[in-house]
Amino acid sequence: MRRSKYEKPAPRQGGGLKTSAMIASLAGPDQRTRAAPFGHALVELAKSRPDLVGLSADLAKYTDLHIFAQAHPDRFYQMGMAEQLLMSAAAGLAREGFTPIATTYAVFAARRAYDFICLAIAEESLNVKIACALPGLTTGYGPSHQATEDVAIFRGMPNMTIIDPCDAHEIEQVVPAMVAYQGPVYLRLLRGNVPLVLDEYGYTFEWGKAKTIRDGRDVLIISSGLMTMRALEVAQALGDDRIDVAVLHVPTIKPLDEATILAEARKDGRLVVVAENHTVIGGLGEAVAGLLMRNGVMPDRGFRQVGLPDEFLDAGALPTLHDRYGISTEAMARSIREWL
Amino acid sequence: MSTEPTRAGSNVSLRERAYRIRRNALLMGEVQGQGYIAQALGISDVLAVSYFHALRYKPEDPEWEGRDRFCLSIGHYAIALYAALIEAGILPEDELTSYGGDDSRLPMSGMAAYTPGMEITGGSLGHGLGIAVGMALGLKRKQSDSFVYNLFSDGELDEGSTWEAAMSAGSHKLDNLIGIVDVNGMQADGASRGVLDFEPLAPKFEAFNWFVCRVDGNDIDAVVAAFDAARNHTGPQPRIVICDTRMGKGVPFLEQRERNHFLRVEPDEWQQALKILDEGRGQ
Repeated sequence: MRRSKYEKPAPRQGGGLKTSAMIASLAGPDQRTRAAPFGHALVELAKSRPDLVGLSADLAKYTDLHIFAQAHPDRFYQMGMAEQLLMSAAAGLAREGFTPIATTYAVFAARRAYDFICLAIAEESLNVKIACALPGLTTGYGPSHQATEDVAIFRGMPNMTIIDPCDAHEIEQVVPAMVAYQGPVYLRLLRGNVPLVLDEYGYTFEWGKAKTIRDGRDVLIISSGLMTMRALEVAQALGDDRIDVAVLHVPTIKPLDEATILAEARKDGRLVVVAENHTVIGGLGEAVAGLLMRNGVMPDRGFRQVGLPDEFLDAGALPTLHDRYGISTEAMARSIREWL
Repeated sequence: MSTEPTRAGSNVSLRERAYRIRRNALLMGEVQGQGYIAQALGISDVLAVSYFHALRYKPEDPEWEGRDRFCLSIGHYAIALYAALIEAGILPEDELTSYGGDDSRLPMSGMAAYTPGMEITGGSLGHGLGIAVGMALGLKRKQSDSFVYNLFSDGELDEGSTWEAAMSAGSHKLDNLIGIVDVNGMQADGASRGVLDFEPLAPKFEAFNWFVCRVDGNDIDAVVAAFDAARNHTGPQPRIVICDTRMGKGVPFLEQRERNHFLRVEPDEWQQALKILDEGRGQ
């Protein structure tokens, strides 16, 4: 329950964290990052793909599309703060044979432009790539900007592929793959200084494939997006306590790599935890739960979800909120210890 | 002008084309017994001018790259567009009786995946103009001289997305985009201006930097002149032809029905309507 607005909060020791501190980056203080991997990957790809055009609804700068717009001003369309038009016009350009990359924030695509994405784009599988910053809980601005249910919304849309990349290394590989793929794509975009993690694991992105990043005997974390980065940190932390954690990264949320997930979940002796930067309703967690139940798979040590609660979330600093809602590394490690 | 032959090699007048489009629409309406027949009769003159005066296309190749694009934003007007596409030779006449039936290529609401000549999926109102903006941008990228026509309705003026697209088309100076608004004055809940008053309409589009013509949409000569003016206008701006039409036009007893957005027509009335239409032919 949110505190009454007429109740004055107690002063915080040391001032606390600021909302603005973590808008631009999810990286920890000493973490390796790469700047605007999405924008730079598009610029590179545009050299060999003259059909590639970019559109944004007054958020090119905040979706890293400005990098593409600067490199190819004649191939960038500013559609104004008009998301319904953004999606309709992208559909029109796709009809004329172009491959439009349409960018905005996840909340605006999922909530405001849904009907236009559904009918003008997805119904005919038009070749539009919708890349949206601030997926799930990646800003402290409050519910107006927190797309906590974006995956649930797009999972219900036929023909739509949903990609939730973990880091800069993966985004660089996702961009050419999604442009090579014929059909609509919803990309949960990480922008700004994006953490660099998976290169250390020798990981390569494959369209539609879930991949084991590390193996482990006690716990299997099935995760997507930035939660795979967190899962790897959790595995490290729990490893110090001799808890052996496997991490299965599922960047393609729809269609789901059912065979790989089932094979991993069937392995003996493990707790299965699905970790997602999304409400526990309608996202990867419930997708995996449904898959396991349809196939009669009940993991030996149970099935659990790490995800956001079914609530409108607080405004505040992102690290505070991730901890409050259970998706920080520390909170996830705590939960898993309790479940074991 | 309306009695002059249309399209190369044809000696059929626009008035005759409009008659045949109305007739096709009535025959389709009879299959379902009810439907958007009043809109179809009202827009037939505009469709005759579109398909037999204004648009560039090849009936045998509906996806010919050099064609002008005709987008039907108002999906429920599909009955009228099928009637025109049949007359244009893009659809075969013998499919007319399949209208709205199982596995038909002519569903009640127009969809691009179903029907040759149907450029977009309309029906979720307020989509067409935005899609047309994207197509117009795309045609410019390809340095094509084709035009995009988007037919929408006064009811769609209620949709915010229509105005997003209108502002964008003006801002992007889309001189290859021609909007056609059917102002027939009637929506699902009643008179359009009673549902949401959109007048004065022409100044709204002028303020959005469009070139505007407003005509009686059932006066074929006036529609031809307006379509020509829209196409030949040299200003770097989108163009719109606002067409005031009469619901049920050509069949007086249908024109006079008060609630005519979705018309119920009794079985014996269809033949009566066709007879009245035939009597007015050539007049």
